[in-house]
Amino acid sequence: MNWGSAAEFFAMGGYAPYVWGSYAVVALCVIVEPFAVRARRRRALRELQRANVAARGRA
Amino acid sequence: MTGGNALAAAFGVLQRDLLLASRRKSDAAAPLLFFVIVASLFPLGLGPEPELLRRIGPGVLWVGALLATMLSVARLFASDYEDGTLEQMALSPEPLAALVYGKLAAHWLVTGLPLIVVAPLLGLQYGLPADTIALLAASLALGTPVLTLVGAIGAALTLGVRGGGMLTALLVLPLYVPALVFGAGAVDSGVAGTGAEAHLSLLGACLVLAAFFAPWAITAALRIALE
Amino acid sequence: MLNWFRFSSPQAFYPLAGRMQPWFAAAAALFGAAGLYVGFFVAPTDFQQGESYRIIFVHVPASWMSMFIYLVMAGWAGLGLAFNTRLSGMMASALAPTGALFAFLSLWTGALWGKPTWGTYWVWDARLTSELILFFLYLGFMALQAAIDDPRRADKAGAVLALVGVVNIPIIYFSVQWWNTLHQGASVSLTRSPTMAATMFAGMILMVFAFWMYSIAVSLARLRAIILERERMSGWTGELA
Repeated sequence: MNWGSAAEFFAMGGYAPYVWGSYAVVALCVIVEPFAVRARRRRALRELQRANVAARGRA
Repeated sequence: MTGGNALAAAFGVLQRDLLLASRRKSDAAAPLLFFVIVASLFPLGLGPEPELLRRIGPGVLWVGALLATMLSVARLFASDYEDGTLEQMALSPEPLAALVYGKLAAHWLVTGLPLIVVAPLLGLQYGLPADTIALLAASLALGTPVLTLVGAIGAALTLGVRGGGMLTALLVLPLYVPALVFGAGAVDSGVAGTGAEAHLSLLGACLVLAAFFAPWAITAALRIALE
Repeated sequence: MLNWFRFSSPQAFYPLAGRMQPWFAAAAALFGAAGLYVGFFVAPTDFQQGESYRIIFVHVPASWMSMFIYLVMAGWAGLGLAFNTRLSGMMASALAPTGALFAFLSLWTGALWGKPTWGTYWVWDARLTSELILFFLYLGFMALQAAIDDPRRADKAGAVLALVGVVNIPIIYFSVQWWNTLHQGASVSLTRSPTMAATMFAGMILMVFAFWMYSIAVSLARLRAIILERERMSGWTGELA
């Protein structure tokens, strides 16, 4: 174990803004990106539904 | 063997483009005027202190030449594309790459060469010493063909695409960075006394690579646009 | 014997990608958990840099992935250009945003690491500049494809652009050897043992795998969305909506 206490862990030897600033942005990105892809997928499915309805309407 | 014909075809296109440029002299002069104006903006914006101008001169002039070339090469194929000439070039028995070389040579003669000739005069405006000016002209002589070659790739990729000019710039500027770094770096290291040979050789290498591979990319992009 | 080439049709690959994707996501989570554990609780403090070096566990994986994804993207794009396969072009388009993201993260984490270590967030040396160019190349690829309405033309034009930009990757990688840069030289090599502590190396490699599995999972998901967008006119997608 490297850390005597949770406080030490969060302080990162004084480099907290740099270390946690990096990890926070990385975490943000790897969380937001899948959501963005999911939203893109849902948009595509909605478009497909619309196209289907239109095709069936014409058929 | 189409070798001889290809060369003749390239010269034919070169002559045609030079003739067209001579009929629209103002269009042809625009990049040069842009270069001169941009070079004037920096002293106006940063203050005319001679020491500062001597330091930034090579870089500013290189960036100015780069932007002028980029803006003019973006429309290299546009008028031929619009009136159907490009399609005829693609269909001709001569290799498209040869015809493209002709257009690129014409562009450099009309745009790049004047920049090389005028840059020393602007160098005087920036108070650059004579040997720095010579080095600047040499680096531009090697560099402006690279700018034409690489810029034409962007022009071919964005033929007929909306958002044209800005998009071309976004595509082409990252690819321009090596030429800029080596070109301006050659002059700066000449000034600093560490010798410009390394930068100039690298710039020469960029030129050789671009001369060989850019026409491939350009013809591929043109055919994609013409489909 | 399975004919793998049947998966070169978007219709056939769509369900396969859907089945593969959760496995890669799970692998990413496992590698990530292991890597972070090793990186924060096993690897010791660095003698010179103190705790700030721990950024390495995201910075190096992001940088490596940004370069690797570009090569893979250019590879698929080139295949699509050569063999006229739709799915290859779609895969290239699916990879680009993730690659751009990692290029951005490489620059961001690098800047935050540079400040305590070198005293500056940014310096215009060969490695940082070429990584920045890589970021712009990704953006240019995405912008070009977005500007072209016809998806087939967008695929091919993007492929030419991606292949032209490939020359940047060796420049980034070898920049620390070819130039005197502020960025440190390579500690990891294919031929020699790494010059960092074993636990640090282990943590870093685990995170590299985590980012790699994540990239595959996200790209497969995005590919499925792209297939849905592009294959609207073919009958089979109607079943899905």
